[in-house]
Amino acid sequence: MPEPQIRKILTVVEEIRHEGGPPPSVPLRRAAVLAVIANPFAGRYEPEIAGFMDDLKPLGLMMAERLIAALGGDPKAVQGYGKGAIVGQAGELEHGALWHVPGGYAMREALGGAAAIVPSAKKVAGPGARLDVPMTHINASYVRSHFDAMEVGVPDAPRADEIVLALVMSTGGRIHARVGGLKAEEIIGKDGLR
Amino acid sequence: MSAEIRKLAVFVEETRREMGREIDPPTRKAAAVAVIANPFAGRYVEDLEPLMAIGEELCGLLGRKCVEALGIRPSEAESYGKAAMVGENGELEHAAAILHPRLGKPLREAVEKGAALVPSSKKRGGPGQPLDIPLGHKDAAYVRSHFDAMEVRICDAPRADEIMVAVAVTDSGRPLPRVGGLQAHEIEGRDGLR
Repeated sequence: MPEPQIRKILTVVEEIRHEGGPPPSVPLRRAAVLAVIANPFAGRYEPEIAGFMDDLKPLGLMMAERLIAALGGDPKAVQGYGKGAIVGQAGELEHGALWHVPGGYAMREALGGAAAIVPSAKKVAGPGARLDVPMTHINASYVRSHFDAMEVGVPDAPRADEIVLALVMSTGGRIHARVGGLKAEEIIGKDGLR
Repeated sequence: MSAEIRKLAVFVEETRREMGREIDPPTRKAAAVAVIANPFAGRYVEDLEPLMAIGEELCGLLGRKCVEALGIRPSEAESYGKAAMVGENGELEHAAAILHPRLGKPLREAVEKGAALVPSSKKRGGPGQPLDIPLGHKDAAYVRSHFDAMEVRICDAPRADEIMVAVAVTDSGRPLPRVGGLQAHEIEGRDGLR
């Protein structure tokens, strides 16, 4: 399989200073990188697709590195992550599932390790569709302050024979988190859950 | 009065392929958006001077954020535009006060020169609504290859008592321009038009 054909890359960085409550000394930052690529399997049922996961790894790494750069350049500042895919209408949901391995691998690699499963969302949709990409703490899925999501989308993508691949990262939990649960400073960090 | 900023978002879009053709170097557009409190939400206020001051203050910040996100020197910026979306408890005139009287000068400083008028759009709307920022060449409004727009949206803005203020800057025109008209290399650059 040839390397993924990229039409467009969109980077989004949000700096959140408050949401009606006391502003923290350091604003929360969240970022997303979206790559619009050609779907090599569009328009037909292809039984063997798993090989494309390896082809996506370099793209995933490039996206993860761009994300870290967009958040200031320090991998240690990253606390939350997530991933997602929007498959154009000539493709199938399973094509979006190809992103699970390379997307997760890329962020762990770029962050120098992360224990928690990377939460994800995917769907088949048309240009301008929005995807709520779930986000959780990178080392412990149960950290309640870091349950979040970032809405992303590209106005002219995915076209029918394209896939939008998304990675998201944040520098912290919700801006005024206060509903209890496991705290980031209480993480044991062995099983990726707590 | 200084703007009370709740959130800042920066978008960078890089187009590498269009209709199967490689775009080398890729065309790039950036937009910076500030979500601010509308000090006049819910009431009629005759004197909008405080919003004009906010426009002046924000525009330099947003223009610089765009240039920084593109990683270019200010002189390398090619086109620009501005837009505002007022939340439902505000009036269109609030957007006009921010965008028109004083926003131009600091933006022109951020992109160096800028003889052409800054194209603009405004509307009233709610959270998640798209805002299309018109784009035109910064030194000659008639350069046809640079007529464009960039869509931005933020899922939780503008709330009823907020205003979304957006500036877009590019380092290029459309990906495959071929509808003729004045070319960028033909600019005289005296009147801001040609």
